[in-house]
Amino acid sequence: MHVKLFIPCFVDLFYPETGKAMYKILKRLGLDVEVIESPACCGQPAFNTGYWDDAKVAAGKLLMQMRGADAVVIGSGSCGAMVKVFYPELFMGTEFEPIAKEVSPVCFEFCSFLVDKLGVTDLGARFPHKVTYHDGCHSLREMHIKEAPRLLLAKVRDLEFIEMKETVCCGFGGTFSAKFPMISTAMDEVKCELAIQTGAEFVVSSDSSCLMQIQGIADRKKLPLKTIHLAEILNMQ
Amino acid sequence: MKSNVKNFKAAALKSSSDLTRRRLILNALRNFEVTRNQKQALFQDWGAARELAAAKKWDAILNLDKNIELFTKKLESNGAKVHWAKDAESARSIILQIIREKKAKLIVKSKSMTSEEIHLNDTLTRAGFDTLETDLGEFIVQLRGEGPFHIVFPAMHLTRGEIRELFQSKLGDAPSDDPEALTMVARRFLREKYIKADIGITGANFAVAETGMISITENEGNARLVSALPRTMITLVGIEKIIPRLDDLALFLPMLATAGAGQLISCYNTLYSGPRRPDEPDGPSEHHVILLDNGRTKVLADPVARDLLRCIRCGNCLNVCPVFRNIGGHSYGAAYCGPIGSVLMPIIAGIEQWYHLSYASSLCGACTEACPVKIDLHHHLLKNRRTAAKTIPVWWQKLAFKIFNLFACSPVLWRLMSKSGWFLQFFYVWSVKGTCLDPAYPWTKTRELPPIAKETFREWYKKHE
Amino acid sequence: MNYHRSQKKLFVNGIKNMNDKDHILNSIIDALKRKDKLQASDSALLKPIDQVLPSVPSEPEALIEMFRKNSDSLKAEFYIAKSKADAKDYLIHLKNQESWKKIASHKGSIVRQIIEPLDLPLYWTDDGYDVHELAKCDAGITECDALVAQTGSIMLTSRTAGGRALSVLPPHHIVIATRSQLVPDLPTALQIVRQRFSNNYPSMISFITGPSRTGDIERILVYGAHGPVKLTIIMIWNDQG
Repeated sequence: MHVKLFIPCFVDLFYPETGKAMYKILKRLGLDVEVIESPACCGQPAFNTGYWDDAKVAAGKLLMQMRGADAVVIGSGSCGAMVKVFYPELFMGTEFEPIAKEVSPVCFEFCSFLVDKLGVTDLGARFPHKVTYHDGCHSLREMHIKEAPRLLLAKVRDLEFIEMKETVCCGFGGTFSAKFPMISTAMDEVKCELAIQTGAEFVVSSDSSCLMQIQGIADRKKLPLKTIHLAEILNMQ
Repeated sequence: MKSNVKNFKAAALKSSSDLTRRRLILNALRNFEVTRNQKQALFQDWGAARELAAAKKWDAILNLDKNIELFTKKLESNGAKVHWAKDAESARSIILQIIREKKAKLIVKSKSMTSEEIHLNDTLTRAGFDTLETDLGEFIVQLRGEGPFHIVFPAMHLTRGEIRELFQSKLGDAPSDDPEALTMVARRFLREKYIKADIGITGANFAVAETGMISITENEGNARLVSALPRTMITLVGIEKIIPRLDDLALFLPMLATAGAGQLISCYNTLYSGPRRPDEPDGPSEHHVILLDNGRTKVLADPVARDLLRCIRCGNCLNVCPVFRNIGGHSYGAAYCGPIGSVLMPIIAGIEQWYHLSYASSLCGACTEACPVKIDLHHHLLKNRRTAAKTIPVWWQKLAFKIFNLFACSPVLWRLMSKSGWFLQFFYVWSVKGTCLDPAYPWTKTRELPPIAKETFREWYKKHE
Repeated sequence: MNYHRSQKKLFVNGIKNMNDKDHILNSIIDALKRKDKLQASDSALLKPIDQVLPSVPSEPEALIEMFRKNSDSLKAEFYIAKSKADAKDYLIHLKNQESWKKIASHKGSIVRQIIEPLDLPLYWTDDGYDVHELAKCDAGITECDALVAQTGSIMLTSRTAGGRALSVLPPHHIVIATRSQLVPDLPTALQIVRQRFSNNYPSMISFITGPSRTGDIERILVYGAHGPVKLTIIMIWNDQG
């Protein structure tokens, strides 16, 4: 199977280990992996801020890069939602619309690709820690990913999994985190409290941006929380 | 309007810093979710109920022209007087005129968000009319000189201790802070008022075209009393409340109660079809129904926005919204708060004045999930942002995105940016980080930033490819 | 909300109002001319209402149990009286238990038979009443038009239950119902409204579910707000005796 792998901008810059883990896992599974080198961004920041014409610049280029694969694997739920759910709307009425509609069905967020497309849940990973899982809102509510990460975590050896009492946004929301930092921080505090209540050492997610938000407060307030991307756990033998 | 944005941010900062208040609201809403989920589970298929409710309201909107004419005809044949108000000022002057004609002194009101929308209470007070809210929550915030904190639970931000102090100072009657005892204080105080009042003003949850009836949902019985005792009744109803058939209420009443109040059905669901009949012993001898537009036809005319008219004002989007939970209803500075307010205000009251509400969201989508009539609320926020960017673009934001595009679309520039970013960040950390010169100050004020990696993914891949 | 609009004051309010009506009607018609995204929902894909609302049993005994369970959970009192005589006795029991001094009612055919022997000052609302006197009554006793099992609700009207205030002003509301008035669900109850009253609706039709309550203080449910603090439903099993 020929897959194209898109590692989004902030994963590339801040969390390259996550990108590496995704690439290595896909190679181990015997797939023909082509990494999309450029553009580095899916256009979501501009799109979410309302500047759709500016979003189309990077988005159009990325869309063209995504054609021609059996599957497009995207290294984050929010970017995955951007391509799969929002590109058809962004490009409505333009020459890119049919391409967006062609690419959308073969787009997958990384964890969902493993489980829903490949039917793989056991990667032989081991992570002897207590963890809880944070569902990124785009993963959960735009891409409807809920079970896939949990099925993957269930097969990780020596891992103890505890669900948080409540499913709620971490407060990142892209530029929202900088435009309305007081609200973003308050939401982050609620999230961290829920995570700490589980007694978990690690908060796991398939959205690096959410992990950045959670770790940001955890580090500042010296909270007993560490964050790690699910792909990195799955890559640990 | 810059001041609206500034006020909003200041209010949001103040509310989110009040940890005790945030805890009170968070606990109240978490407990609510438990009861709401229990009641949802009683439905054979809550998901299908949402589909059906959305479809029924959508069909009602599609046929608003027919429904509004039928509703008016039926209501008038039942003896009610129908008035039309194209905007807030029109509605206010109609109501003032009725009050003056009746030479009313005391007015009692049951809960009406449309009356908040048109700033009715202020108008009546300034015109010298004694207007009393009778819904307990509205009564409490009226005593405090505040607007409602939540569209269904106006005083949920207050502790019982605060309410007790309020009743003690304003009413001289507050034996304890037990919620039951406090409710009895309000009951005692308002009982006389219902009896003395000349006019009762109500809102409406639904308006049934087939039979010419307004439908009022409540738990306390105050609307029942407001509609029973005063000689004149005035009902203010938004035109989007009109539904074609009586039978539709069998679905809407339980859904409104479940989503809005965590009850299978509210205590009193009452249909009023005009003034008392000759064979009835009581009730108002005049019933005035005011049909309010105030931007609703504008929403109807907008293909992208018109499904907003499905809203049944249950308030569930507020209940689940993490923004609302942390900043509270007053921070919005608008009659409608929470997700529905953030979507509606820019559309009906001006994008320039209210665009910031549509940006003050992480787009988590909890509101859309919670809406009983399946309004795609968080996507509406995106659409409003698009309108804002078109009508009132911010030059430096546009520039920033253009520059970012340059870097993001060129592998060479991207690499240059990541390498220089990695290099410069050491200086950044030692010099401006956390100060007012820090470009990332909105983030770094409260959160740590991860470092830019020495070797980005793309650089690693190029080496190992 | 036209914060920036200034209204021209027209001389005759009547004309101003007529303008508003035309304005609104024309705006609606114009708005609906824009056909984009205006497709009606596909009703074939929707489940009918009786498959989405809480299910109701078909056996009469089960319906009564459902009504009882719902009333209990809402702190309403539900008593099944074997006969009118039994209902009379129960009212006497309530009178003693609650120490009633004066009660209000209307001259409905069933309720009248039951409450006249109560040996209490009775205040009738049928031909008009003094609201202060009504407010002094310890209880208001009314008939009803239906009991709804699905929700534990009572349906009554201003025509058939002694007016608008009788069932809401006195602190204790007692409803006298018969077994035949128990219907399964809200759709059935609304059908009854249409069939029974068709072109001559009472001015008020109310679904009452439990005693009055509020959740306005810390969102904690408190029973007893502005309406009755207590609600008793007496269902007469055999109303012929």
